[in-house]
Amino acid sequence: MSGWSAVLAIARKDLRTELRTKESINASASFALVILVLFSFAFDLGRPELLEIAGGLLWLVYSFAGALIVNRSFARELPNDCLDVLIASPAPGWAIFLGKAVSCFLLLMAVELISLPVFGIFYNVHWAGAFFSLLLVIGLATWGITVVGAAFSAVTVNVRLRELMLPVLLYPILIPLLSAAMELTTALVNGEGLGGDNGAGVRLLVGFDVIFTSLAIYLVEFILVV
Amino acid sequence: MLAAAADRVWKYFGDYPALRGATIEVRQGSCVALIGRNGAGKTTLLRILASLSKPSKGEVTLLGLSARSSEARRRIGYLGHGIGVYDDLSAFENLSLFGSLMGVANPTEAAKKALDRVGLSRVRDGLAREFSRGMRQRLAVARAFLHEPDLLLLDEPFTSLDDRAIAVLQQLLADARGRGATIVMSTHQIREAMELASDVALLERGRMVFAGPRTTEMVLDPGWLYRTYGEQQA
Amino acid sequence: MRDKVILSLAALGTLLMVWNFNTIFLHLPDEAQQGAIYRIIFIHVPAAIGAYTFYSVAVLSSVMFLVKKNFKYDSLAVACVEVGQVFTLVNLVTGSIWGRIIWGIWWTWDMRLTTQLICFLLYLGYLLLRPSVTEPTQRATMSAILAIFAFADIPIVVMAIRLKNVRTQHPQPVLETGGLDPSFWPPLLISFIAVLLIGCALVMLRLHQETSRREIDYLRREVHAL
Repeated sequence: MSGWSAVLAIARKDLRTELRTKESINASASFALVILVLFSFAFDLGRPELLEIAGGLLWLVYSFAGALIVNRSFARELPNDCLDVLIASPAPGWAIFLGKAVSCFLLLMAVELISLPVFGIFYNVHWAGAFFSLLLVIGLATWGITVVGAAFSAVTVNVRLRELMLPVLLYPILIPLLSAAMELTTALVNGEGLGGDNGAGVRLLVGFDVIFTSLAIYLVEFILVV
Repeated sequence: MLAAAADRVWKYFGDYPALRGATIEVRQGSCVALIGRNGAGKTTLLRILASLSKPSKGEVTLLGLSARSSEARRRIGYLGHGIGVYDDLSAFENLSLFGSLMGVANPTEAAKKALDRVGLSRVRDGLAREFSRGMRQRLAVARAFLHEPDLLLLDEPFTSLDDRAIAVLQQLLADARGRGATIVMSTHQIREAMELASDVALLERGRMVFAGPRTTEMVLDPGWLYRTYGEQQA
Repeated sequence: MRDKVILSLAALGTLLMVWNFNTIFLHLPDEAQQGAIYRIIFIHVPAAIGAYTFYSVAVLSSVMFLVKKNFKYDSLAVACVEVGQVFTLVNLVTGSIWGRIIWGIWWTWDMRLTTQLICFLLYLGYLLLRPSVTEPTQRATMSAILAIFAFADIPIVVMAIRLKNVRTQHPQPVLETGGLDPSFWPPLLISFIAVLLIGCALVMLRLHQETSRREIDYLRREVHAL
């Protein structure tokens, strides 16, 4: 079996078990909703001011939801020592990692696309006009979250207090990615395009994705086979 | 050809050596009983042979190939302490998944056949989570033997199996030996091991103190090995 | 022998620092706009550069550990990270004090201070991860991987903050190193050398502690195995 078919098999397996149990996706989507409501109590703003922080709010919600999803990623391999079986199989380490990253990505995108209209309604933010640009930004930033998240999920899989350690490790690394995503999202819902200054932001997202995907793929063998 | 060879393998956990220069040569087609007390390093050695762990020092070859090569991993079946199946997938889905990961030509066919062999065909679509303990053990055994491996690495396989699972495992082991596969089986139940084994290896505190063919002395008096080759008790 | 080296390094560094303070306080004039407080630059900047130096050594050491699997590299990495954190803290505190005196506020999200704060968080994660992993080889491997990820993140952080500050037009950095009077460079350099010497002494002390700790762990396991 080639590496890429292993990626597909593992991604499909993760998605199948997730759709059957819906444990991460339910928790993550509910959490996103709750945070959205909570933020509305935190801020009592008129529409112009709210538009300035719209991107920030949205990506805070997305990053909290994302941490829940990536946390489960390698943790679900622990019962019955399934992770050992995967590592002992001919599937290369990078394929196991990518398969999980892809399934996390798809799950997180689903939660984000569900939350987006809810966000628009609660906060009276019109995002439909910039939907495709917004989708690009969301896609790029979500891949960054999931690729680093899945890597750290593998790192913390055998660690005490995994649920606490993962966000503590993950968020500082994601700060530049989230900062750029927040800026871009705010710009897009305020009617700006992706050119000019915003183009630099998109380039930063792409750069982050490329650098950390390469790093993760290269280093995952060290994480899995100690 | 040697099915597996470990040459002066050391494995450190921090500064503590769990394996100290362990050396073993496993002849093709043999059945090795890897014996030792708890903490001797049996699991550590098996995990290194299964490519789950890298030795700190020393060389490991599997089926003539280097340890982590994917070709070697394709022909090795590993059954550790955990059963290694997904609770939220059905028996059939589990075996098809592992079949395709192990590079089996027709994973769905192989899965069906394996379920027949272990007597789980009737419940093929049941989730592993819903199985009784004995059924889960049989599913685990099915998974390990699914791709007809040339080298089987089994870590205390008979521990906590029920009667039916033991019978299934013994049958599968006999079939595997029939087609020339090699088996390395760790156990601290010497009596059962002596019946099946063609060779014996004794690990004591990380050192391989004996590795060679099984003799009648060992079969008649299982404690003989420890007395002859084991270290003196403090 | 080793103790003598540590002592000499520390003593030399301290002496240099004291001698330097003498120059700074007694022989350099007050700065035109900032008054006496500008002298904080002689700790603030060398501390930052010292921190980056030790972080760099830490990441190189982490890579060497992954390659050679020798625990000396792991000990060096953790020692350098800890010393780096100390200097980062010094930098943050002095920057904060300076900002309070010059601008009247304890914190400004200018580029340099923000970057330092994020570095502090990144390596704080490293220091928090270590006690959570009980098995020493795993601990060393996971720490090494985290150190590499953290170091790779730093340039992206700089880029992201620059983008953000361009857009939101934050105040100028508290410290403007461009256009420094030439007479400032010698004390600055000496201060940096003093920081390095003291840092090296601390690293060596920490290294010795790590080695002893590993020996104790080993002996403890030996005893348990009897």
